[in-house]
Amino acid sequence: MSVLVIAEHDNVDLKPATLAVVTAATALGGDVDILVIGSGCASVGEAAANVAGVAKVLVADAPEYAHMLAEPMADLVVPLARNYAAVMAVANTVGKNFMPRVAALLDVSQISEISAIVSPDTFIRPIYAGNAMATVQSSDAIKIITVRPTGFEKAAAEGGAASVENLASAGDPGLSAFVGEALSKSERPELTAAKIIISGGRGMQSGDNFPMIEAVADLLGAAVGASRAAVDAGFVPNDYQVGQTGKVVAPELYIAVGISGAIQHLAGMKDSKVIVAINKDEEAPIFQVADYGLVADLFKAVPELEEELKKLPPA
Amino acid sequence: MKVLVAVKRVVDYNVKIRVKADQTGVDLSNVKMSMNPFDEIAVEEALRMKEAGTADEVIAVSIGVQQCQETIRTALAMGADRGILVKTDAVLEPLHVAKILKAVVDEEQPGLVILGKQAIDDDCNQTGQMLAALLGWPQGTFASEIEFADGKANVTREVDGGLQTLKLNLPMIVTTDLRLNEPRYASLPNIMKAKKKPIDEKTPEALGVDMAPHLTTLNVAEPPKRQAGVIVENVAELVHKLRNEAGVI
Repeated sequence: MSVLVIAEHDNVDLKPATLAVVTAATALGGDVDILVIGSGCASVGEAAANVAGVAKVLVADAPEYAHMLAEPMADLVVPLARNYAAVMAVANTVGKNFMPRVAALLDVSQISEISAIVSPDTFIRPIYAGNAMATVQSSDAIKIITVRPTGFEKAAAEGGAASVENLASAGDPGLSAFVGEALSKSERPELTAAKIIISGGRGMQSGDNFPMIEAVADLLGAAVGASRAAVDAGFVPNDYQVGQTGKVVAPELYIAVGISGAIQHLAGMKDSKVIVAINKDEEAPIFQVADYGLVADLFKAVPELEEELKKLPPA
Repeated sequence: MKVLVAVKRVVDYNVKIRVKADQTGVDLSNVKMSMNPFDEIAVEEALRMKEAGTADEVIAVSIGVQQCQETIRTALAMGADRGILVKTDAVLEPLHVAKILKAVVDEEQPGLVILGKQAIDDDCNQTGQMLAALLGWPQGTFASEIEFADGKANVTREVDGGLQTLKLNLPMIVTTDLRLNEPRYASLPNIMKAKKKPIDEKTPEALGVDMAPHLTTLNVAEPPKRQAGVIVENVAELVHKLRNEAGVI
């Protein structure tokens, strides 16, 4: 039996998180197919066909899939899922939205946000904001799974030669319609794909102070994130949030500035390779997970960091 | 419009949980339990709809052991009109909860069901979407704003890239994100009043819901611990170590 991976994309590019899901799918055994659901998304289908280890790419290209609404996506995926042992998607806001809908229509339980695979029916997933790891076994014939990309190596983006097959649309059930979106525009890398992230917390005191860490981010080619406290206080938009209910990241380097280290923030970043904490409170829990801690006033330390980085010779 | 709100009893968000020594689960004995924070936001939103005249009745539903009644009482103290407790000692998966809620919706015929986007214990983020699927209703998940116009609802959602607004038919399902509102505290007089509000009791069996498990938890373990590192003296030392020791810049 084979596994169907739902591609993460923006109708133009295949997102690298998909490659991590392909690795997870391969671990289940059998062929791996990729399904691209979108509108004007032929380039994504081509990219998916190049991914190493993929047998077949299915492309459902229709206007009703332009904004990846849950209702039409679920109607498309449910009949396809019956041909597979498992369907896997990235645990991002698209996957989290439509996959439980697919599971319920198939009368199966979803296994959310797996971080490891024990066997084709047994998975490890974090619970309680990552303070415990549950090993769960599914008895369902079709496994509906969302995957934490940070738990899996990425499959090679090149080297595959999968066939590409176009699918007819399953139609629009007419329950929901796209009205508009306000997406953050940034030249910086996306949080979930960045090698380096610098995040600000409540200690930043105001959104007006974020340019200070943005200057550091630009020197490092880093993405900018934030704690829930900083988002709730309105310093930065919701899409900056790293944590249990925001984005889960695992960059090479995570710099936490003025972040105390609440459990729900640690849940989103503690798998980072190297963690740096800058906080004036030496008792802050963030220092318990940091590889390098600096007890200092961030309003002094961050501009100093910018200066030191400017002085640094190219690596 | 009648609004149904689902509320879950979970370990209080301030409690540092402990994994049981035999690794069968998380130790829940003598631990403070509270309403799931996202569900508080759901109750608050329903109450604001009632205050705005959009909703005329707010019903709080909880599913689980007898003590879930306390969670319903909290919702009633915030201002919900009545409660429904679906009592069961079974291990509940989101699919079971969605099926039970569907049976309650079939009886109550609400125009809107509001749920938290996820519970902070199992972190599943499934129930609202599953309920929408079973009912054939649209879903507005991770909502940060809800507006009614022309017999439909505009729901603004927190998505990875920012915000997305959808127009949804009614009846619909909404799941709440953090920025939808700030829940009120129940006042003492309202806590007293809530004791007299009615709570209906039902069972999954009476509602005709199959509770057979689909998932079995084999083991619950502590996550690997991260060791605290070193405290550096100044920014220059930090940059030096990141370059020469960690090799990440």
